[in-house]
Amino acid sequence: MTEEFAISVKGLTKVFGDRTVVDHFDMEVPKGAIYGFLGPNGSGKTTTIRMMCGLLTPDGGTGQCLGLDILSEQEAIKENVGYMTQKFSLYEDLTIRENLDFIARMYRVPSRRERVKQALIDLGLSDRANQLAGTLSGGWKQRLALAACMIHDPSLLLLDEPTAGVDPKARRDFWDEIRRLSAKGVTVLVSTHYMDEAVQCDFIAYIAYGKKLIAGPARDIPKMIGLHTWQVTGPDIGDLEMALRSEPDVGQVARFGQVLHVSGTDEKALEAVANRYRAKQSHKWMLKEAELEEAFIYLMAGATDNFLGAAK
Amino acid sequence: MSWPFSFARFLAVLTKEFIQMRRDKVTFVMMIGVPIMQLLIFGYAINSDPRNLPTLVEMADEGPVSRAILASMDTSTYFDFEGVVTSPEEGERALRDGTASFVVVIPDGFERDVVRGLRPQILLAADASDPAAAGGAVAALSGIVDTVLSQTMSGALAYTAPAPPPFGVVVHKFYNPEGKTSVNIVPGLLAVILSLTMVMITAVAIVREREKGTMETLIATPVRPFEVMTGKIMPYVLVGYVQTGVFLVVSRILFGVPFVGSPFAFFVGFNLYIVVNLALGFLISTVAKSQMQAMQVSFFTLLPTILLSGFMFPFAAMPNWAQTIGSVIPATHFLRLIRKVMLKGADLIDIAGDLTAITLIMLVIVGVALKRYRQTLD
Ligand SMILES: Nc1ncnc2c1ncn2[C@@H]1O[C@H](COP(=O)(O)OP(=O)(O)OP(=O)(O)O)[C@@H](O)[C@H]1O
Ligand SMILES: [Mg+2]
Repeated sequence: MTEEFAISVKGLTKVFGDRTVVDHFDMEVPKGAIYGFLGPNGSGKTTTIRMMCGLLTPDGGTGQCLGLDILSEQEAIKENVGYMTQKFSLYEDLTIRENLDFIARMYRVPSRRERVKQALIDLGLSDRANQLAGTLSGGWKQRLALAACMIHDPSLLLLDEPTAGVDPKARRDFWDEIRRLSAKGVTVLVSTHYMDEAVQCDFIAYIAYGKKLIAGPARDIPKMIGLHTWQVTGPDIGDLEMALRSEPDVGQVARFGQVLHVSGTDEKALEAVANRYRAKQSHKWMLKEAELEEAFIYLMAGATDNFLGAAK
Repeated sequence: MSWPFSFARFLAVLTKEFIQMRRDKVTFVMMIGVPIMQLLIFGYAINSDPRNLPTLVEMADEGPVSRAILASMDTSTYFDFEGVVTSPEEGERALRDGTASFVVVIPDGFERDVVRGLRPQILLAADASDPAAAGGAVAALSGIVDTVLSQTMSGALAYTAPAPPPFGVVVHKFYNPEGKTSVNIVPGLLAVILSLTMVMITAVAIVREREKGTMETLIATPVRPFEVMTGKIMPYVLVGYVQTGVFLVVSRILFGVPFVGSPFAFFVGFNLYIVVNLALGFLISTVAKSQMQAMQVSFFTLLPTILLSGFMFPFAAMPNWAQTIGSVIPATHFLRLIRKVMLKGADLIDIAGDLTAITLIMLVIVGVALKRYRQTLD
């Protein structure tokens, strides 16, 4: 049973001071899957990932990574995991080549020189190999860090916002690479704030205020939330937006240029609202399938309420 | 499940540390420059060869010989004649309250006795409470006397010139007749220099990893704490070697400190001392949150090293509580060890007790440091 999961944690909890930053977090990542990890800033993604690879000691919970216990077998886990930190944390006063070489030596990578050379070629940084890492642009730093954490061919990649600040072309290349690795059986857990990346994942978990709100196959998420969405176009869209926001039956209004996405969980009530406005004004209302983005914006709004409720 | 010590990873950490050291010019200059500066400042401030020291004369007699002596003392620039005293009590008072560093006494009937070949004696009363101050001037005096002899005695009194000399100089040192401060303090400086740079550099080098976030990448790899510790410490051991070498050269050439003991005992001693300081730096790095803090705590440890180790004040003269604190400071034992070896000709057996003490202190520090060192970010 445990063999089919690369990561399987239960009740993972971390407390900093008197704040429970990760609260009884469960997660099961199937082997070979691309698993998206989403949540607003400060929700506990980084903390959770750190606990999974043995960088932080959980205050509660159990789990395993690659069949190894996360509480007692961190050393063996580290041998087979590639972890990319959210903040650039390679050595800025070492060159690109020296950084890759150092990390490769930490993992005792066989035929290291060849491997580093290949990594430099893959990165497209061969001719800048002797440049100090600290002088790279932000996006290039991300790409270097990514190359570094994959240099020992780990079977599990934990990537904490790997594409933050990376240009669209490089991001596409990055995701091509991720899918290629996934096809080879490498498991990837990736945290991100980008929806276009979330939809590329096989599975998604959404965390807010340290609690997992929802998890499942990416395409099922909107259905799991039970969100219904109308797309509205027409004149004076700004005024309509204001009016709709004060409607109690409308869960959320999201504006995309001249288009409004009006969502709610109560299908009937939402339809009633749509009919009411259609009768009054000349806007075009169209029922559409809820997308991940709406689902997450909805979740975030909901989580704030949950949290306030809990805090009282 | 614990992995064996990987020499390859240790080497990798070591190499990385060397590269970073080479690129960090400021620290590098500090590592070599600060010890030299400390040596020069401490060494010269204490072992200076001060001139123009206030001098009084008690003249019970006057004539060509005594005038020649006083004139050439004056031109030597060591002595600055500021006046005349009329009684021994007056001269003593001036020495005691510090208005004069020297009192020259020309005894009654001096000129006559010189001519008669009775070898009268001039007394130089010196305030030797600051031995460095008195030492240079006293040493210069014998040269002055020789000059006066060859010049003055060549004229009408030439027949008295052949040996033995027609008069003598008796130097009377008050308050600190031994007066070996400079030779004593320069070896002690090695203890201070190594302590300051070794502790601080190690502490800062490790805390920097945490502050810059590179620690997260480092400990996400399978590297073991002991590999990190040794790999980071080793380059600074070499820095300690360079500092010790500079120290030996400077103390020999500029301060003329002898080295009469066993070089092997010295080698064992300073290696142990370097390691204990690096371990202390490592310990501090597990406490300090920032490079700034690491630096402050390191400076804080320097205070007892200077004040309670016997470097500044004689250990035996300190109150009991201070001795108790002093005896757990590595510098205390290193100071004894190095003075014994350099000045008193000690070999390994003579310093076995000091080595044992340093080793015990080191074991405690390493134990606490390894216990405190976290292979996590908690
Ligand atoms: N070492 C620490 N000490 C105290 N609080 C911490 C520590 N590390 C993280 N936190 C707190 O834990 C919470 C979760 O932080 P975490 O970095 O896991 O969030 P995140 O989901 O990764 O956010 P982001 O999307 O901004 O990266 C935050 O409120 C943060 O302030
Ligand atoms: Mg984060």
